[in-house]
Amino acid sequence: MTLRPDLELVASLIPSGSRVLDLGCGSGALLSELMHSANCRGTGVEIDPESVVEAIRLGVPVIELDIDAELDDFADHSYDVVVLSRTVQTLHRPYEVLQHMGRIADRLIVSVPNFGYWRHRLRLLRGRMPMSRELPHAWYDTPNLRHTTLVELEELFVRLGLTIEQRIVLSPAGVPLKSGDRLANVVAGAAVYVLRA
Amino acid sequence: MPGTPEAGSVGVVSTQTVRLFTVEDPLQLEQGGTLGPVDVAYETYGTLSASADNAVFVCHALTGDAHAAGWHDGDARPGWWDNLIGPGKPLDTDRFFVICANLIGGCQGSTGPSSTDPATGQAYGLDFPVLMTRDLVAVHRALVKHLGITRLLAAIGGSLGGMQVLQWGLDHPEELANALVIAASSRLTAQNIAFSAVARRAIMSDPNFEAGSYAAAGVNPDVGLSIARMMAHITYLSEDALTEKFGRQVDPNRLQPGFGIDFTVESYLAHQGQVFLERFDALSYLYLTRVMDYFDPFADPLALEAVRSTPVNWLVLSFATDWRFGTTHSRRIVRTLEHAGQPVTFREIPSNYGHDSFLLVIEPYHDTLVAYFDRALSEVSR
Repeated sequence: MTLRPDLELVASLIPSGSRVLDLGCGSGALLSELMHSANCRGTGVEIDPESVVEAIRLGVPVIELDIDAELDDFADHSYDVVVLSRTVQTLHRPYEVLQHMGRIADRLIVSVPNFGYWRHRLRLLRGRMPMSRELPHAWYDTPNLRHTTLVELEELFVRLGLTIEQRIVLSPAGVPLKSGDRLANVVAGAAVYVLRA
Repeated sequence: MPGTPEAGSVGVVSTQTVRLFTVEDPLQLEQGGTLGPVDVAYETYGTLSASADNAVFVCHALTGDAHAAGWHDGDARPGWWDNLIGPGKPLDTDRFFVICANLIGGCQGSTGPSSTDPATGQAYGLDFPVLMTRDLVAVHRALVKHLGITRLLAAIGGSLGGMQVLQWGLDHPEELANALVIAASSRLTAQNIAFSAVARRAIMSDPNFEAGSYAAAGVNPDVGLSIARMMAHITYLSEDALTEKFGRQVDPNRLQPGFGIDFTVESYLAHQGQVFLERFDALSYLYLTRVMDYFDPFADPLALEAVRSTPVNWLVLSFATDWRFGTTHSRRIVRTLEHAGQPVTFREIPSNYGHDSFLLVIEPYHDTLVAYFDRALSEVSR
């Protein structure tokens, strides 16, 4: 099975043999790949019923629960890595969720669409809500509740005591850009962070 | 239709009986003491593969029996889990070999308190030993061994059935690859025990109980047993399910308000209590409810030792409107297993039908089981 490119990038950041918690695991593709190719173990968390059944079919252990409210169930330091892939913007309580993630594992991987991408800014200047490949939904039917720019997300990481170990900024086409780019908050369509709690 | 099984049915089946323990070589009981002989009634469906790796053990709930699927000659209804087991069904008998056995302590072919005590030549009555979940599992294991199977592909059960699966997986993880624990609990609450206490009191207060020797006296505690069943039945259904089924509908035979069967729900419960008498034994009701009361596997500090080194794949399911063993019970099991590093999958299935949901065809429920069983089989045949 071939992974979606953004998940392949996330997979490449996870050491083999890790115990991985994937919050918002969808149909379990990432965990399935990690279990089969990288000797990882893990648990997925998902709330969409159809995705849960797909994950079960892939043999991925998946717990159906609400990430916003029920992460208490996971014990401190019980995983090596917690992944939150393109999910933070859909959460009601991102602050609490990130806090839990730092409690559950020492290593966090968070990927987000960048609201600060220049085309989004341009659309706002023209008086329209941003839409792009990363944010394809109209305002009235988007699952995304909390938009953030990379700069403001990084401020939140600091407030939560999470250290950015690695930041991979991606072009709107999903191609990694030079990570130290000062203009990341303008040119990146999305970013993947490796954080240390 | 009896005699003309429809597609998807395993057809006409019969119950077999095997003596798994004898007076000379009895079952060693969890609470000390022994039980022998031990006869077990069981049924099997499908064909055991050459490598004996497609066997699924079905553990029944409080009042179930070995007849889980197909038809017995002359019966008006198929086995109690016929919607799950059969060709093309989630437990597809074209691919899986399915075993279901009547519990010891029960009354449908396996040794129980109304069986004859070889020491006295009389029914055991209340001299039958108090059983624990581990005793039920010990007998299941002996049957599996008797059938030439060293490792089950899966064990599945709802309610008390799920409790047996949980105990089995925790104690002998090398014997089952997958454990499906449905609408179960790892520990009854005071409310759960209270319901069982009232049921037992109804039975034991019946003048025909005769201190458990009712068979010798030629009577049966019908009133107590039917009241026990009526009350338990209420706890198996959700409030919404009862409302949907009966509402406040007045029984068509009622003439004026009084103290007979005024509402249809009363008629329904009376019927449930009555038909129960034909198939269940009062002493079995006492013994098996007690098994549930004492079930608390995680209280043992070493409960998770075995699975830490030999993990089992767990599937835990609850139903949204189950107030007997609701989601809180299942989530406790999930949390405990997950903390022990187990690969555990959990879903709360949306359903309006309460605890009994595990016996019904509910699409997301059966979809989940199909996906789970297909994956389980593909992992052994790989």
